[in-house]
Formats: sequence, structure tokens, C-alpha cells
Amino acid sequence: MSNVKTNEQEQSHIIELVNVCKEFDGVSIIENINFYVRKGEFITFLGPSGCGKTTTLRMIAGFDTPTSGQILLNGKDISDLPPNKRPVNTVFQKYALFPHLNIFENVAFGLKLKRVEKRYIDKKGNERIKYEKLSKAVIAEKVRKALEIVDLVGFEKRSISTLSGGQQQRIAIARAIVNEPEILLLDEPLGALDLKMRKEMQLELKAMHKRLGITFIYVTHDQEEALTMSDTIVVMADGAIQQIGTPEMIYNEPKNTFVADFIGESNIFSGVMSKDYLVRFCGKAFPCLDSGFEKDEPVDIVVRPEDVIITAPENGMLSGKVTSVIFKGIHYQILVQCGRYEIEIQSTTTPKVGEQVGLSVQPDGIHVMKKKFRVNKFSGVITKRNTVEFGDGEFDCDVTQLYPGSHLDEEGYLITAKGEKLDLTDTEVNVEVGLHDITMSDNPHDGGAQGHIISLIYKSEYYRYIVRTENEEDYVLACEDLWNENDFVSLIIPKDKIRLTLKNPEESK
Amino acid sequence: MTKAKPKLRFSRKLLAIPYALFLAIFVVAPLVIIVYYAFTNGDTGEFTVDNFVNFFSGTGGQSFFESSRFKTIVQSFFISVMSTVLCLAIAYPVAYIIATCKVKNKAGLLLLFIVPMWVNFVLRINALKELLDWIGIYNKSDEWNIFNTVLGMVYDFLPFMILPVYTTISKIDKSYLEAARDLGAGGASAFLKITLPLSKPGIMSGVSMVFLPSMTNYVISNYMTFNHTKIIGAFIDECFKNDLWNLGSVTALLLLTLMFLITWLTGGFDAQSETNARGTSLW
Repeated sequence: MSNVKTNEQEQSHIIELVNVCKEFDGVSIIENINFYVRKGEFITFLGPSGCGKTTTLRMIAGFDTPTSGQILLNGKDISDLPPNKRPVNTVFQKYALFPHLNIFENVAFGLKLKRVEKRYIDKKGNERIKYEKLSKAVIAEKVRKALEIVDLVGFEKRSISTLSGGQQQRIAIARAIVNEPEILLLDEPLGALDLKMRKEMQLELKAMHKRLGITFIYVTHDQEEALTMSDTIVVMADGAIQQIGTPEMIYNEPKNTFVADFIGESNIFSGVMSKDYLVRFCGKAFPCLDSGFEKDEPVDIVVRPEDVIITAPENGMLSGKVTSVIFKGIHYQILVQCGRYEIEIQSTTTPKVGEQVGLSVQPDGIHVMKKKFRVNKFSGVITKRNTVEFGDGEFDCDVTQLYPGSHLDEEGYLITAKGEKLDLTDTEVNVEVGLHDITMSDNPHDGGAQGHIISLIYKSEYYRYIVRTENEEDYVLACEDLWNENDFVSLIIPKDKIRLTLKNPEESK
Repeated sequence: MTKAKPKLRFSRKLLAIPYALFLAIFVVAPLVIIVYYAFTNGDTGEFTVDNFVNFFSGTGGQSFFESSRFKTIVQSFFISVMSTVLCLAIAYPVAYIIATCKVKNKAGLLLLFIVPMWVNFVLRINALKELLDWIGIYNKSDEWNIFNTVLGMVYDFLPFMILPVYTTISKIDKSYLEAARDLGAGGASAFLKITLPLSKPGIMSGVSMVFLPSMTNYVISNYMTFNHTKIIGAFIDECFKNDLWNLGSVTALLLLTLMFLITWLTGGFDAQSETNARGTSLW
């Protein structure tokens, strides 16, 4: 394998993360992420809190080092370089302006530490290099320019505590850009501002990015902010990248249900790809633009509320009853119940509540995605009591399915069809459980495993939940009832729904 | 005719009464008495400033600067400054290490330095005295006496320096250090430019908790030097024991003024610096 890169690549990829993983105290925060940032672009890490976006940013800044993997800056590995040696500056979430320094001193902090390489000829005629501090005049000039960019000239002598949140924000930006970094990192910098101020600053930051021409890496959990400002969005969840693309791509072609649900409003359905360019959901077949799936492959379908067209009941592909109409400013949010399915629509027309309407969707309004979770798969072990341990829990199961035609004797030994007597204790098995076969209970003793709900997505006829146990085992399940995120639940799986197969069929014989 | 019964209402302000009473009896009243004695003639009880004049004029034909009184003041000052500097030099690294280390049980670590305080201090000083005697430097010469006094003061007052410094350092927001590192500061310059200035309030309160007591705590100096090294506290004590109430009051009042000046000049009354160190004024 060669490490030589073409010049062009080196120039365009200012930062590249290769197979980066990060663990804290043995808990995996970032799982093998790979991406690159082009020089001069405005890239945003977008995801819910705890998805690893801030950790990723901190690794680029140098505050955290990756457990494994490489961070390349202009093609060179900087994973072990301390933050003060990186041409990167950060605007912190809570600004972290130094309270004991005034505004000038805050902005000039980096400049005063800077040493400029100067070549000179010494008395013996040798060329030498010395490192000089910046002169006071140069520092003053640079600070003035930075304050000009953030529109706060004349504030030099004031103390930090006299500034409003928005002004502190600007000083934090000035303090970072005055060092002329190659990359500016922004960690949810607008989180503490009120809505109006935030919108203003979004536009200002975007304009600043254009003017300065440097690379911006921005972290936010606000999808609207990400869509407004970014050239590229990296959607993250659970320490992994879900999708990388332009705002248009992310919005129009979400790669999975998580992205579709997180970015914008969406109707998510479970369906089946009948054949190329035809997908079945909500009990109807819809023409679509997607192809390349297996025949009758189960898929997830996303339809944006604005892509649903309200028609007369007889003209629609679906028909249903309007259950709610809410005025949202530029449009109405309308809910229509079509049999078991509830569909959200954004429209400027206003049907009445209770009215029967028809709904149709154009082929380009239907986005078909491969199903990520079709079945839960675990590795398990059979216990003495002929139960199975997997996924941080223990469940009753039917062990006779491991050997066709077998049965259990009174002592709990398995008698195979051939009459062999087997002790299954400690046998390793593969376990499969369907999404619809798991139910939740709020009594922790009801089920075989317990965990917290970490994600829920509404899929028009049911909610899809992910329950995570204490030891980070995930169960995906479908349930029609609404639970809350972070609810502590126990998981019940009926004996006959646990499918077991032997892990090492030869060994056990 | 019905008389409106005055309602007895309990308000939170009432809780301050015990403390106010305590202050009045044990702080304000003695102060008033000291001021009274400092400005009155011992025999006649008339108002006078002679006591101050007497304090600064020499005794027995010597000028003030030759007098033993002056020597006591200088010696006292030297001992206080040395004790404070040494306390700070020992306490700061300790406090810094405890505050920044990754050990979970920091309270336990701190306890190691506080537990000695649970032993009666006269007992501790006696033990130290015996130790010095055993080494052979107890009451050896005037120089050793001063050294031993400083040692006793440092030994006794160290926790009073560690605690406030530890508190301020552990309250410094880590993001300040990260910001400094991010802006190009190495570990050492980040410490000098961020941690040290931001821990100033803790240093100041530690200094005032060590400096004043080591000026007046003559129990330590008497024990450590077999009554050979006299500090201001011992001088004041002597005055009152010998019925020189006016001179004693003047000395006490002068010491009080001095302390006030030092606290004021080092910004000890500046509430702002305190809040800044905690980072609360940001919002």
C-alpha cells in the first residue's frame, strides 16, 4: 500500500479522519468513522446529544486523542500533536473567554504567544533562524482587524463581564480568527443565544466564512441551523456517521430512517419493494424512482409532509379523514388518518377536520431506503436450566429447535431424534428475535432483560424503539404504544419467538 | 372594644439575631474598649494621643529604632512574611496536584492534610519542640529560634493555605485551560497565564489566614524558642499582663490598621475577583 497522495488530493482534503475510534473508560463513543473535509468548505456535524459530534471536534482540536485511527491534516498524521501545535482554533460552546483579561487581552492572547520564524545572517556569515515575538504594533493592528470583522471595535478596554451573550460570542470568534487558523472549529456556538440572535448570527457566520475563506467545522444539534449554513453535513448518531452530503442531498435523499426522522418532518412507513420502480406501503402500490432491490425486499419509505398532495377523495391514491389542522405560519400542518396509518401533510389548502380527502404522492416524493433493522441478532449461551442468555439478559426458550425431532427428558437433558442424550449447558448459539416479537413492560421483573429507551421513531402505524441495556446491548422493537425516551423498561420475548441456531454445529456432535 | 393583638411573626431576619448579639458582645464591644484605652490617659481617663506618641518614642534613652520594641516588630514581620511565603510555596503545589489529579476521592486526599488539625495545636507544637530538641537545634541561637518559630507557624497554618487555594483551583473552568492551549499556549504558559491569575483570590484568602495569625500567635513562638523570640502578639500580651492597658491597646489598634491596609491594597475587599474566579460572572 502506498501512502503517496496526489498533490491535488492533498490540497483539497485539509482534514481527513481514517478509521477513528474513541473510547472513554472502555465505553465506545466513536466507532470507526471515516471522512474528509475539503479546504475552504463549511462542514457541519449534526446529531442528537451524545452522538459523538463534540468528541469528534475535540479530537480534531487536540483535546482528546483517538483510541485508534488517524487524523490527517494536509496529509500528515496529527493524532498525537498537542492542541497548541495545531493550526486550528476553536470557538467554545460557552465561549471560555478569560475572565481576568479584558477584551483586547483576550483577543491578543494567541498573538502574544506566537513566534515568527526569522532568518538572519550572524556575524560569522552563517544563516540562522530565530523566533521572534510579534511587535506590539502588529498585535494591536491584528486585534483591531479581528474586532472589525465581528463589529466590536472600541470595546478593547472593557471587561468580559460587561458584555451580552451575543457580544461574548463575537469576541470568542474574534479571539479564534485573529490567529489566522487553517481551520476554525465551532462547538455549538449559538446554543446559548435567543432565537432571533441565533438567526442573525447564522447569516453572519456564513458571510464571515465567505470573507475569510478558511475551513469551518461546525457542530450543532439544530438541523435547521445545519441546513442553513453548511456546504456539507455529516449526520451522526450513536458514534457513527449516518450520512454525509450536501444539505439538499441529506434532506431529499435520506439514507436511513434516522436521518429522515432527524432532518425535517417526515412520514416513515414500512413497505415492500414489489419490483423495480414499484413500492407497496399503506396497503397500496406506488410508482417510485428507486430500483436495485431484491424482489419483495422489506424497505423503509420516507415521504416528506410537503410532498403529499391533497385531492378529492375519489382522485387520491389513498383516502382518509382529516383529524387535525394546525396553522403554522406559512403553511398548515394537517393530519389525515388513512385506516391504520396516520399521515402528516404540509399544505396551504385548508380542509376541515372530519372531512374525507384523497391523498397522492408523486414518484419523486417517495424515498425508499434499505431496512436497517429487520431482525435482532445476538450471540447467546444455553444455561443449566435450558434457558438462553443473550443481550444482557436471560430468557426462557425452546432448546429442542436446535436439533430437529428432539425432546427433553425429565432431568433436563436433550434427547435427539437418534436417541442421543445431550447436556446443552454452555452451548453457544445464535439468537434471532423479530422486531414485532418483543414487548416492553415497565415492571423490571416481567422481562428477561432491562434497559432504557434510547431512540424512538414514529412509523405511521407503529413506533420503532431501540432499547439499550446497561452493558450496551441494543434491542430493536416495534410497538404501537407510545413510550418516552429514557424510560426504563424490561423486555418480554415469548418462548416460541426466540429462534436459536447452533453456533458451531460440528463441535457439539 | 377589641384590641388588635400584635402578631408575632417569624421572619428569616430573626435568625441573624444570635450572630448580631455575638458580634456586638465579642467583637464590637472589645474594639470600642481598645479604642477607648488607646485614646485615654491611664491615670486621669482624659482624651489624649500621648499613647501613640509614647509607642513611637524610645525607652531608656534609646531612640525608637534602637528599642527592643522595634526589634520585636521587625522580627515579627520577618517571621510572618517567611511563614506566609513558605506556606504558599508548599501549599500551592499540593492544592494544585489534588485539584487537578484524576483521583476520584479528592476529599480523602485533602483529609490527609486536615486530620493533623484535629490534634490540639499546643500538643502538636510541643511534639515539634521535642523533635527539634532531639535533633539539637532547639533554642540553640537567635537565628535557630527564628527558624524554629517559622517552622512552627508553617506546620500549624499550612491547612489554612491549602484549603482556599484548593477550592479556587478546583473551581476554575477547564475550558479556560483548553482555550489557552487551543490558542497556542504550552502547558507551562497556560498555567502561568490562566491557572495562576485565576487562583489569586484563593491565594489572597490563604495569605490573610496565615499572615495575621503568625504575627500574633505567640504561643507558637514562645514554645518553639523557650520564650526567647518575641513577636507582636507576645508584646501585646505582656502589656496587658503588666497593667499597661493603654500601650497594649495602641499596639493592637496599630496592628489592626496595618492588616486592614494590607487586605485593602491586595484587593481582598474586591468582591469582583472572587466571582470571576468561580466563572459565575460570565452569565
